[in-house]
Amino acid sequence: MDAQSQFSGGFQNAPIDAAHAFRTAMTVMARPGEIRRITGGQPPAPLSLAAGSLLLTLCDPDTGVFLAGAIDTDAVRQWLTFHTGAPFVTADQADFAVGTWHSLAPLGQFRIGTAEYPDRSATLIVECEDLRPAGSVLTGPGIRDTAHLSLPDVPALQANAARYPLGCDFFFTSGDKIAALPRSTQIRAEG
Amino acid sequence: MNEYNFAYLDEQTKRMIRRAILKALAVPGYQVPFASREMPMPYGWGTGGVQVSAATLTPEDTFKVIDQGADDTTNAVSIRKFFENTAGVATTEETTKATVIQTRHRIPEVKLTEDQILVYQVPIPEPLRFLEPRETETRKMHSLGEYGLMHVKLYEDISQHGAISTAYAYPVKVSGRYVMDPSPIPKFDNPKLEMDAIQLFGAGREQRIYALPPHTKVVSLDFEDYPFEATKADHPCDLCGAKDSYLDEVIMDDAGDRMFVCSDTDYCRTRRAQGHDGRLSKEDAV
Repeated sequence: MDAQSQFSGGFQNAPIDAAHAFRTAMTVMARPGEIRRITGGQPPAPLSLAAGSLLLTLCDPDTGVFLAGAIDTDAVRQWLTFHTGAPFVTADQADFAVGTWHSLAPLGQFRIGTAEYPDRSATLIVECEDLRPAGSVLTGPGIRDTAHLSLPDVPALQANAARYPLGCDFFFTSGDKIAALPRSTQIRAEG
Repeated sequence: MNEYNFAYLDEQTKRMIRRAILKALAVPGYQVPFASREMPMPYGWGTGGVQVSAATLTPEDTFKVIDQGADDTTNAVSIRKFFENTAGVATTEETTKATVIQTRHRIPEVKLTEDQILVYQVPIPEPLRFLEPRETETRKMHSLGEYGLMHVKLYEDISQHGAISTAYAYPVKVSGRYVMDPSPIPKFDNPKLEMDAIQLFGAGREQRIYALPPHTKVVSLDFEDYPFEATKADHPCDLCGAKDSYLDEVIMDDAGDRMFVCSDTDYCRTRRAQGHDGRLSKEDAV
């Protein structure tokens, strides 16, 4: 990796780009199932545009990041370190974990918060082949009647929701698209 | 623009607040601790709301601030100017034109839309605080979902006054799990808490952020034989004649004359511009 690509790919105008990216992240977290576009970062492959922009928005030296499977490359590590300063940690210490659904499994290795501090849980950024407003049926806070989202593994996510108010929260990313699934969402398989 | 970072706060502080907002949205009604900063205004002036707004605003936003429904009080004017100066955002007094609305103790009368965000300034975020002063105990009560004490409080209201006399900061249960303080909004506003907009609550001094995603189930606590009632002064507005808005009572003179007027100034002004009249709108030169 040459120096130029190692140091490039961050936000062009950090306060403004981060504000836009956060607004998108907040909107999808508040409206589970909604798919939006999030941009700003130019992360090295195999990190998606959406996952990279989200990491630039939320990570800093205070947040431990776990890179799972094929995401864990030197290029990604150097890019994330240069732009955020976030330390790399093991899965059980992670505030944010990034990877494909299979590389992140099993879900049980991530923090789910405690009864008194349910906010101390991991946020998983799941890289997906595609995101579609179809498939599993979602209900709960943020959803007027029902919403639909293509989820990778319904039983595991149902088990996560059953732990409410504990549990992990999820962002799903694909290209520049992002959707979210907080632990408060009830999930039914396509039916 | 000027020498401030966009929206005053430094980027690391905004990231910390943004992470708290995301967790707050994931667990509606749960109070997420955050490292509240000192702001260039005193506690009690909305330092929590200001920090949440700063972390939420984008340059394209149109920002509105209300204090007890009014756009023109010192608190509202100074916070609006603060973000005009530090974020360069457009500001408005019109509820329908705003994308982010920071509020102290009211929900606008006009129904908010999906594209809007309502940011509350919260003095005491803990609904159980005046019943149990120890944070360790209230935290345990929330973790166990043990809210019997709150029902005892409402029961004592009934036994002493014949009705639930709590008129503002009326406790609600969110999504069937957490009891939440909706900030000191009048209980007239409680039914509006189930809305299309995202609601964020910031308590600066107490260092807590909590949230209600759109369409979240919010139930005002009550009893089967003493159901919750959203009350207001039983008058029409004396300026615009509105019968459906929350009213402030204003003493007019030493003889005890009084008038009732919409607390939501934008709502009242809009109605008067549309030609609605109240009892005093002709003779009064307000």
